[in-house]
Amino acid sequence: MAEQTYLEAIRAALHEEMRHDYSVYVLGEDVALGGPFGVTQGLAEEFGKQRVVNTPISEGTVMGLAIGAATAGLRPVVEIMFIDFITLAMDQLVNHGAKLHYMSGGQLKIPLTVRVQCGISGTMGAHHSQSLEAWLTHVPGLKVVMPSTPADAKGLLKSAIRDDSPLVFIEHRGLYWSRGQVPDGDCIVPIGKAEIVRQGTDVTVVATAKMRGAALDAAQELDSNGISVEVIDPRSLSPLDIGTIVNSVKKTSRLIIVQEAVEQGGFAAEIAAKVQRDAFYYLDSHIVRVAAPFAPVPASPILEKGFVPGKEQIINAIRLALGKV
Amino acid sequence: MLAKKENPEQLVDLLRRMWLIRAFEEKVSALYAAREIVGLLHLGIGQEAVAVGTCSLLRRDDYVFGGHRSHGHAIAQGADVDRLLAEIAGRATGYCRGKGGSMHIAAPEVGFVTATGVVGGTIPLALGAAFAAKERKKGQVAVVFFGDGAGQAGPFHESLNIASLWRLPVVFVCENNGYAEFTPLSAHTLVERLARHAKTYRIPASTVDGNDLMAVRAAMDKAVSQGRAGKGPVFVECLTHRLRGHYEGDPAKYRELSQLSEWKKKDPIARFARQLKSKRVVSDGAMEKIEREARERVEKAAEFALSSPWPEPEEVDTQVTA
Repeated sequence: MAEQTYLEAIRAALHEEMRHDYSVYVLGEDVALGGPFGVTQGLAEEFGKQRVVNTPISEGTVMGLAIGAATAGLRPVVEIMFIDFITLAMDQLVNHGAKLHYMSGGQLKIPLTVRVQCGISGTMGAHHSQSLEAWLTHVPGLKVVMPSTPADAKGLLKSAIRDDSPLVFIEHRGLYWSRGQVPDGDCIVPIGKAEIVRQGTDVTVVATAKMRGAALDAAQELDSNGISVEVIDPRSLSPLDIGTIVNSVKKTSRLIIVQEAVEQGGFAAEIAAKVQRDAFYYLDSHIVRVAAPFAPVPASPILEKGFVPGKEQIINAIRLALGKV
Repeated sequence: MLAKKENPEQLVDLLRRMWLIRAFEEKVSALYAAREIVGLLHLGIGQEAVAVGTCSLLRRDDYVFGGHRSHGHAIAQGADVDRLLAEIAGRATGYCRGKGGSMHIAAPEVGFVTATGVVGGTIPLALGAAFAAKERKKGQVAVVFFGDGAGQAGPFHESLNIASLWRLPVVFVCENNGYAEFTPLSAHTLVERLARHAKTYRIPASTVDGNDLMAVRAAMDKAVSQGRAGKGPVFVECLTHRLRGHYEGDPAKYRELSQLSEWKKKDPIARFARQLKSKRVVSDGAMEKIEREARERVEKAAEFALSSPWPEPEEVDTQVTA
């Protein structure tokens, strides 16, 4: 065990997987220079610019190129600098990356990892702050993971790179400098496995990415009021470990789902639908979503602060579900 | 013109391959008319010389990518017509177990990686295969077929730029058939020759008569050799025409009948047959036999396809992820 930041853990996973498998290539804008936040620092020095490849600002074509390289036997890791720019690559990712295995009747495999970072951090405005994970989970053939801790970031990225399906690995920029214990050695976190972060009996809170921390803060605060909160981090959104969530709801009878993305059409709706399907008669209250308002991310720090869900909204939602408003 | 170095048996084989594509496409058209097969079908009748002229220079470990009109490219690259027709007919014995269909043929075992329903969509994919080929250093090339309609799409330009910048072994084969779906090229761009775009990105480029098999083959010979030698991308624009509508069932009212009859005179198969005849490479009798054999072969393929089982309904959500 060693303490690392989320960013260092991602970097370590890239180093280890590139060492472990010569078919792993990293491509993206400025990746050979370390990228804007330093995640890929040192990779080009160790593996050379043949395998750590700076690309022009052509997201769509670079995505297609990586998919084509995957059909020809490489394991590309593409970095899209901000998830907001994945819009430019959606055609290739959705129409080819996600579908070629199926459309070819299993003849082609696309072992592609797409690294993106998302979320609100640093008042960057509407084009550098979005949370678009729900779009990606709507696409059959794509796997989507969203780690919240350094250990999960490392373990899931290693799994992602070794996986034979295209996968989008969503990092949260606001977590890059958060610290945590990371196991030594080849620490793998399986794709499609949720984590019960905190045990509780009164209410289940499912929270992704940076909202996991907010949910834990809320749970901590309510603990002193005698409210016992169970917190679950799905870690993988597609495939989703719905069983862990359903089992928890069967115990607590109440569910809050927290996401940083805007509410409408978000991933929380998917979890809610699955839980009411599998645990309808266990529910003692309606399922409550905590999410951003249905608006683009504002630039002003004051507006942005009001936009991001946090501890207070989660506490209010829990009180609402418990009928203790 | 016939190049001197071509041996007669090879030339006859090229004619045979073009006839196989023509017979295949005509059979597909007839089966569609008879409602034996359904769906969106884009036939390449009239464009056979580009497919055969290009793929006859390729190896099975090369990487070929098609577009929405790519039955012919797959056949030219050596795909089995039984499995191809079965795929178009949606049967379990098709290359993709019926999950791909006409626009998504994949026959990677012969080097035909995939086709696409998105215009220009496979151009970036070909770059990726070329990237892998370059790293592997075995002289493989990637080849991508696309039409003039792709030349106004963003990824086309991004791809030319990256292929040039990284000197990727990719051959861009533009089948300029003058129409992007229902609209003539002149209504979509003022750049009449798409090869000019390649020159902007400093890629060697030429425009050839795409209905002259030997002209296509000569241009591709140079292009493929350059790719194998690690000298970077080449762009070949082949001027051609589809003799059918954009899709089966398209009445093609946007096209003048006189234009169609002009292009019929330039039919690539008849033209190559005349060249072979004038060089006394084949007799009339041998020529007829080639056509007859091609038609018999696709009849067999149609029998195979239509007597093949449908996919099991349970397969609908299998192979979604690897």
